[in-house]
Amino acid sequence: MKVGLSPRLRAAGLTVPLIAFIAVTFIAPLGTLLTRSVYDAEVAEILPRTMAVLADWDTSGTPSEAAYATIAMELLRARDERTLGRAATRINRIESGLRSVVVKTPRRLGRDVGTEPPGAETWRDALVAIDEAWGENATWRAIREAGQPFTSRHFLNAVDLETRADGSIAAMPESRRIYVPLYLRTLWVSLGVTALCLVIGYPIAHAIAHAGSRWSTTLLVLVLVPFWTSLLVRTTAWIVLLQNQGVVNDILVALGIVADDGRLAMIYNMTGTFVAMTHVLLPFMVLPLYSVMRSIPTRHMDAAASLGATPMQAFRRVYWPQTLPGVGAGSLLVFILAIGYYITPALVGGQSGQLISNMIAYHMQTSLNWGLAAALAAILLLAVIGLYVLYDRVVGIDRMRLG
Amino acid sequence: MNFIHRSRIHAIALATASLAGAFATAESITVVSWGGSYAKACVEGYHKAFTAETGIEIKLEDYNGGLAEVRAQVDAGAVHWDVVDVELADGVRGCDEGLFKVFDPDTLPAGADGSTPSDDYYPGAITECGANTLYYSTIYAYNAEKLPGEKPTTMEDFFDMERFPGRRGMRRSPVVNLEFALMGDGVPVEEVYALLDTEAGIQRAFDKLDTIKDHVVWWEAGAQPPQMLADGEVIMSTAYNGRIFNAQVLEKQSFVIVWDGQVLDTGFLAILEGAPNPSGAQRFVDFAARPSSMAGVARYISYSPTRHSAEALITTHAETGVEMRPHMPNTPENAKRVLHNDWQWWSDNRDDMNVRFAAWLAR
Repeated sequence: MKVGLSPRLRAAGLTVPLIAFIAVTFIAPLGTLLTRSVYDAEVAEILPRTMAVLADWDTSGTPSEAAYATIAMELLRARDERTLGRAATRINRIESGLRSVVVKTPRRLGRDVGTEPPGAETWRDALVAIDEAWGENATWRAIREAGQPFTSRHFLNAVDLETRADGSIAAMPESRRIYVPLYLRTLWVSLGVTALCLVIGYPIAHAIAHAGSRWSTTLLVLVLVPFWTSLLVRTTAWIVLLQNQGVVNDILVALGIVADDGRLAMIYNMTGTFVAMTHVLLPFMVLPLYSVMRSIPTRHMDAAASLGATPMQAFRRVYWPQTLPGVGAGSLLVFILAIGYYITPALVGGQSGQLISNMIAYHMQTSLNWGLAAALAAILLLAVIGLYVLYDRVVGIDRMRLG
Repeated sequence: MNFIHRSRIHAIALATASLAGAFATAESITVVSWGGSYAKACVEGYHKAFTAETGIEIKLEDYNGGLAEVRAQVDAGAVHWDVVDVELADGVRGCDEGLFKVFDPDTLPAGADGSTPSDDYYPGAITECGANTLYYSTIYAYNAEKLPGEKPTTMEDFFDMERFPGRRGMRRSPVVNLEFALMGDGVPVEEVYALLDTEAGIQRAFDKLDTIKDHVVWWEAGAQPPQMLADGEVIMSTAYNGRIFNAQVLEKQSFVIVWDGQVLDTGFLAILEGAPNPSGAQRFVDFAARPSSMAGVARYISYSPTRHSAEALITTHAETGVEMRPHMPNTPENAKRVLHNDWQWWSDNRDDMNVRFAAWLAR
């Protein structure tokens, strides 16, 4: 008899496409992202010999003439290979102002430079003549630092810390501290939005689950239609409603509740972020709650009442505990979506309603500091995993039900 | 016989090839620009003329500035843009990073009066990766209808909450705002960037911004300020002069531009390294550099040419017949106190200032 693969193994084989899909679309990008946050060899590749020379430097004062000669040669070559800007950008991130120094140095040295410094006794003199920064310790420290392929700099920056010249780690000056307050704000907003969704969504889900079938369908459609509507449309609709000269303010003024010059600021601030995010995320709370509530027989409440419980007691001791799996599922869903939210705060958050994801987007798209963006994202990811584990310990993930 | 047969096949093949060639005049380039009224001005001003002359079709896409997408395309080796309209700071940075092609200034067309490009262009307008195409300005404007009584006339007035109480619109970015703050604090134009090179100068700029911070509505897209002024959301707002001009002439808004302390900026058309149609892109960039193209754009939007001979060609607005010269940023009456945006300073300090600005906003 021919021995084939065991049925079990063959069944497992069916999951190969899934595993491959997850590996390609999820694990690989995540891995690249996490690598970027600690590893960047660009400067080391553009200025390899300079880095070799600087490895022997004791980091006090300025390095030897050999370092000056080497970096001059390598900057000239980087200009010809058009990689100079990449090195300059990275060095500038460590010490602002060095970008122009690095870029203009080969430009000033000119085209046909031999091994002798042009117009000076030494390469040191030639470079210092181009910019005084070449005679400063901080410049060379920054270049050396930028040349380290492995770095903890991004993670330190992401929690508002920096490495001082003497190697100690200290807090950033106050005028540059930004990420820790933003993480805290993101956490606070996400918790707030989750709580609001629960308070608003619970009665809605209850109404849908226990209304007559005709009403329940209508109500469900009312929840689903916004859910199917583009996120951008819903967010901009809130701008129309809440802005200074918007519908809500107009009505309030017409009713004489607020004066015309005292219109309420309800958008481009924290209020706007809260309102729009709660609205956008509400279906994610209502739907799990609804599916759990639908499975609770109304007889339970009747039974509780017949045993003498007041409606409040019946709700608290019979109904509420049975909905907990839905509450857990909805809250976790809303919270995790909220913590990474980006478009809504960007559109309606104004100056005070920005979240950490807006900063990640900024570093991805504008400053092109992907290392820092990766570190910020990694910390956010860790925070979500941490909260998930905490939730599992306290509530138990197996108690969660999506439907 | 055999010979005739073969030559006939040859002829058929040739005919087919040339026919295919005729259909394939769908030679095209992808040009990426800023959208809105500016892109429209370029299309009317010279894109159409370019296609008519060369037969090369232009596929126009919009973007919001920045180098992220360009870098992603070049790094991945999958470039599908040919030409991108960049602001100077990004253009120089992309050029240094090898994202854009180094261009040959000898291909620039001569001036309308026959002058050489190096004489015809404003000083500094020809850079390594392209020649600047126009000057635009960040100014502040107010809506005369919604601001009764005394009108602001200087940069200092923008920061004067006592004489002009009410909300201000400003771009959510340190760029230009730090300069405005220092000029609003009485710093002469020529000292602004020297002062910003010092910690005390930066602090002074932020301190000045602090005095109006609670009354600022921040905008991001260039289309927002005219909207906010029209709605009365703010009583004055910083804005790009072309957008305000459009609202003035096309929408008949009673906006007034305060030119005092304007910050002049520029940009160029960069060809991506690895562009799918480099020769078409080069022809396009050269065409755009013609004085007639520059003057064509200036018939639709109040951004001024970077060539003297193109300036001489400026006439009236194509749709309303409004005289364009009084609306241009470098017209002498408007250019009494002008700051030229120092892209060098910004490319050194932009990342740092952005973090500082974000931290300041969040406080």
